[in-house]
Amino acid sequence: MSEQRKAVALISGGLDSLLAARVLQEQGVHVEGINFFTGFCVEGHTHAIRKQDKDKPKRNNALWVAEQLGIKLHIVDVIEEYKDVLLNPKHGYGQNMNPCLDCKGFMVRKAHEWIEANGFDFIVTGEVIGQRPMSQRKETMPVIQRESGAGDRLLRPLCAKNLPATLPEREGWVDRERLYDFSGRSRKPQMALANQFGFTDYAQPAGGCCFLTDKSYSDKLVDMWQHRPGRDYQLDDIMLLKVGRHLRPAPNYKVIIGREEGENKFLEGYRNQFVHLRIASHKGPLALIDGEISEADVEIAARVAARFSQGRDAEAVDVEVSYTDGQQKTLQVAPMQLDAIPQEWYL
Amino acid sequence: MVFVSTHQLDARRLLCPMPVIRVQDAIAALTPGEVLEVTCTDPGALNDVPAWCRINGHRILATVQQDEEIVIRIEVGDGND
Repeated sequence: MSEQRKAVALISGGLDSLLAARVLQEQGVHVEGINFFTGFCVEGHTHAIRKQDKDKPKRNNALWVAEQLGIKLHIVDVIEEYKDVLLNPKHGYGQNMNPCLDCKGFMVRKAHEWIEANGFDFIVTGEVIGQRPMSQRKETMPVIQRESGAGDRLLRPLCAKNLPATLPEREGWVDRERLYDFSGRSRKPQMALANQFGFTDYAQPAGGCCFLTDKSYSDKLVDMWQHRPGRDYQLDDIMLLKVGRHLRPAPNYKVIIGREEGENKFLEGYRNQFVHLRIASHKGPLALIDGEISEADVEIAARVAARFSQGRDAEAVDVEVSYTDGQQKTLQVAPMQLDAIPQEWYL
Repeated sequence: MVFVSTHQLDARRLLCPMPVIRVQDAIAALTPGEVLEVTCTDPGALNDVPAWCRINGHRILATVQQDEEIVIRIEVGDGND
């Protein structure tokens, strides 16, 4: 009896990787999943921060997919290593700050290191030629193979028939005839295959699984870089870009204002690291001030924060200012009128 | 009576999937039968930590939610190989 071959599948939580892994399972390959956390993943519970999203399902789709497949899932923290991918992408950025091609190459390289360390035979991805404009094109498929170091140990079961045979196919570990020739942006072949496998509930393909493909997020990231001495970042920096209303009244600081209770609670966790503002006289948001500030800046920030409180129409609002050294004071300010806030302050 | 050691893991303030990653890394250093008690604040952990445990062969002994904190007790299973 031939030895059972082992593959690790990159599991994003979407339909394509679910199907790719299942195709291999159907051929008797032992499959385990791997998922990389870059800090920019939409997956996870960023949405759980917002109270208004509390009723939405909070499942992590990668875990959910692994459970549907009955496979182990290894989640790998690549936050530190990913910085180089984002800051120095050899192939540049997509429409926003998304370095998709470098990102895919990086993830396949990490998966390749993982199979070598764990005695697995090959890597599986759910890539489909023509599915994504930057990273999933016929010309980029060999680039990923080459730059990741995975070479022909990288198998894309959903479009394998459109590509040269890989090692698992040539060695007979998998039957090439039972792989697929999907291409293009249509989702119909994937949906039909999902139906054939009996998958009825799966994450709908949307605008990708990464905040870097989002314009508003990318704008805030670029703004952060422009107003700091260097482009290095910490996880907290990139998490904060996902939360609240961001306004930059001056180059030396910006104000992050919670939009609802869940966000206020999340921002509370950062109150020791930032000068923060709390509306004392009315119901209102928590606001953090990010940057080096003068007392005049604090007053402007307080007036902006007051604008987003229930005291917005009052003549004066009390704002409690807390400094990082523990000192506090209360300012009485006139809430800034909406039309007095220049549009360019909004990030 | 068998003595089972309990290991503590603080995953408060971390958003998923970080609590899951911390649990995974902590369990990798433990042996079957040992117990890990993880404290989280992200409600997503209520789904994700048990889901990760199910697919990786570990058992949830108890889940306690008190105010903002969630404490999950996990018995390391044989899947830890």
